[in-house]
Amino acid sequence: MPVRQLKSWGAIHSKRHKISMQIFTAHLSKTFSRKEQRTVAYENLNFKIEQGEFFCILGPSGCGKTSLLRTIAGLETATSGELNIQPLNASKPGSIGMVFQEHGLFPWMTIRNNIRFLLENNIHMVNRDLDAIVNEFIDLVGLTTFTDYFPYQLSGGMRQRVSIARSFANEPDLLLMDEPFVFLDYQTRCALHGLLLDIWQRKKKTLVFVTHDIEEAVFLADRVLVMSAHPGTVKSIIDINLPRPREFLTLRKLPAYQDQVSELMELLREECEPFNL
Amino acid sequence: MLKNRYFWLFMSPVSILLLWETSTRSGLLDARFFPAPSAIFYYLIFTSPGEGLWTDISASLYRIFWGYLAGCASGIVLGVSMGLNHTVRMMIYPLVALLYPIPKIAILPLIMLIFGIGEMSKIVVVAIGSFFLVLINTLHGVDSVAKIYHDVARVYRIKKHNFVLRVILPGALPAIFTGLKLAIGYSLVIVVAAEFSGADAGIGYLIWQSWETFSIKAMYAGIFVIGALGLAFSLILNFLERCLTPWRDTDQ
Repeated sequence: MPVRQLKSWGAIHSKRHKISMQIFTAHLSKTFSRKEQRTVAYENLNFKIEQGEFFCILGPSGCGKTSLLRTIAGLETATSGELNIQPLNASKPGSIGMVFQEHGLFPWMTIRNNIRFLLENNIHMVNRDLDAIVNEFIDLVGLTTFTDYFPYQLSGGMRQRVSIARSFANEPDLLLMDEPFVFLDYQTRCALHGLLLDIWQRKKKTLVFVTHDIEEAVFLADRVLVMSAHPGTVKSIIDINLPRPREFLTLRKLPAYQDQVSELMELLREECEPFNL
Repeated sequence: MLKNRYFWLFMSPVSILLLWETSTRSGLLDARFFPAPSAIFYYLIFTSPGEGLWTDISASLYRIFWGYLAGCASGIVLGVSMGLNHTVRMMIYPLVALLYPIPKIAILPLIMLIFGIGEMSKIVVVAIGSFFLVLINTLHGVDSVAKIYHDVARVYRIKKHNFVLRVILPGALPAIFTGLKLAIGYSLVIVVAAEFSGADAGIGYLIWQSWETFSIKAMYAGIFVIGALGLAFSLILNFLERCLTPWRDTDQ
């Protein structure tokens, strides 16, 4: 039976380690069973994510990284092992924000209502000036003139900016992003990396970001969890020791950046051998 | 003029009427059975109002209005319930699959047995006809709401009533409108058939009576009125659909 406690274990753990820890997993495994066939999504995952950290989960396609993120989000359940999520404020149930790959916005709501609708349903937002919050976050992603547009009238990059604004506006304890930029072109992706880092540094949220893009992981993350495929296991957890604030054009010239990218490439290369896929 | 879409919109019915007109006038068609459209329109506009055309139209509209309204409302409510609740779906679906293919006119005698031969039985049979079409399309619409919107609602803990009213309902709305459009056409079919027997007013009654008394122009007048009503209904529903689903990219 998967255990999903929100408070108890994390509280004890934080005292013991003197660092505020937000997510802790122990022997976390998930197996999909369909008739006779069993597919292991991920197996025996042990890691922790600290509060305020930008944590990337990097792995080849089919390594179960999206499944892991969905488990943290509560959209799937693990088959065995332990998953603890410690909310920032233990007196209230933790809230989670999530950005999906694409199409996460409700097509029938304007940009304003896409953000507002989630705020209206957020129990922590009662008695708050919702319009002010909506405006603040639309400004933050630079879409003020598009407030009353429908999603279909926006480009893919703009839509993901709204998704990001929406996830931060809810003031979640934990932000989850599932390859949010995967369907965007290179230039847009670079611009959104900068925007995301900027907002993340202002709002100080724990952020778990799933990607298969090595440079994206190195540019964004404090730490990168490298997953191996079939079954998905923790191959390594790498600290990214690069200064912040980060700016892509300067960062990519740093030898330290190139070293980290090469290191991760080495780690992932054996996972990406043609016959291992 | 050729690029104006309204030109092409009117082109096909107008050319059919012209063909008909010339065929009748040239004697190709027997004017006793196929009176010229101009003669039918003349009859429709100047003669039939004096013979109770408005009574017939309003009687039919009354039956369609209440039957359609009741059928569509219950179809949407039950369709959404079935789409969202597995138990309800499992309970109702076999009944729907069993009853839907039965021609609604075939059960008119049964309905008249239950509700009498008055207005009620006609309203009920229209309601039943609309109900199944709207139900099936609504169910399909609820099923077609992409999984990602369920995920978003779960992650952000959307309250149940908000989920139904602001996620599922708008998501299903395009399919619901397909059902509403099919149902209004079907309502016309049913009401006319129901009025053929056991009615003392209505467009179906007008057509049947005219046939029996060989008032061919009056019969055609009734048919033309049905066509006009069908056109008006679909224009109204298209307009409503455009107002209620402004998020759909109509340019595509």
